[in-house]
Amino acid sequence: MSIEVNSRKVDWVENETIKQLLKRVKYTFPLVVVKINKEVIPRKDFSHVIVPDNSIIDVIHMISGG
Amino acid sequence: MNKNKFDKLKMKLRNASVGIAGIGGLGSNASIALARAGIGRLVLVDFDKVDKKNLDRQYYFLDQIGQSKVNAMKENIKRIDPEIKVKTYNIKLKRGSMYYPFKDTDVVIEALDNASTKTEFIEEILLNLPEKPIVAASGVTGYGHSDRIVTKRLGNLYMCYDKYALSSEEDILMAPRVCLIANWEANLALEIILGEDM
Repeated sequence: MSIEVNSRKVDWVENETIKQLLKRVKYTFPLVVVKINKEVIPRKDFSHVIVPDNSIIDVIHMISGG
Repeated sequence: MNKNKFDKLKMKLRNASVGIAGIGGLGSNASIALARAGIGRLVLVDFDKVDKKNLDRQYYFLDQIGQSKVNAMKENIKRIDPEIKVKTYNIKLKRGSMYYPFKDTDVVIEALDNASTKTEFIEEILLNLPEKPIVAASGVTGYGHSDRIVTKRLGNLYMCYDKYALSSEEDILMAPRVCLIANWEANLALEIILGEDM
């Protein structure tokens, strides 16, 4: 019962949304691109997409400058 | 030099196209690198004009101040190679239609400045043009720490990434690091078009 967030093993919590997960693992950056098992999740769906068990999650945070 | 390899690569690059969103610090330097490498067609998108304060890191010149960045860049590219086809969009990218100018390019380079526009843009390309490779950058401020920059790949998204860098609101933008990452992006675009160098 675990998931992987940016290569770190994290406990899986039933019925947890992406938004809740990001808060739990203390990813406080407001602007992130999230992929669950290689699928991009639009930010508008963060508060209702449930994180499945055993999933691999990539979070990239965007920093201003260019 | 291996002439055979060189000719083959040149041919592939001549038939390739790259779209660049934002022709500022990242985009102007990436455009020049791609033009010199011999990319056949470039699509440039930016709403801004060249300002004196841009000259510390962007590939423009004093006599171009006041010109639109896309036109000034087209001029600079043509001075290197008049054969390169350059399509310009002097527009601000708007949510919902950000991906339009990039529909028929082989690779997209995200070279925007603001974190929220960057995020929106990447999301739009990934969702609307899911087959399209996109090269993006995050963490370009400061100086030194070249070795902290990594390429992070998530499917068709290739990120030039320094997760420790501060944002441009908190730190300075300086030519060496901005150009390094701009060229990193251009180098990734070449790798995507040509396949891994053997």
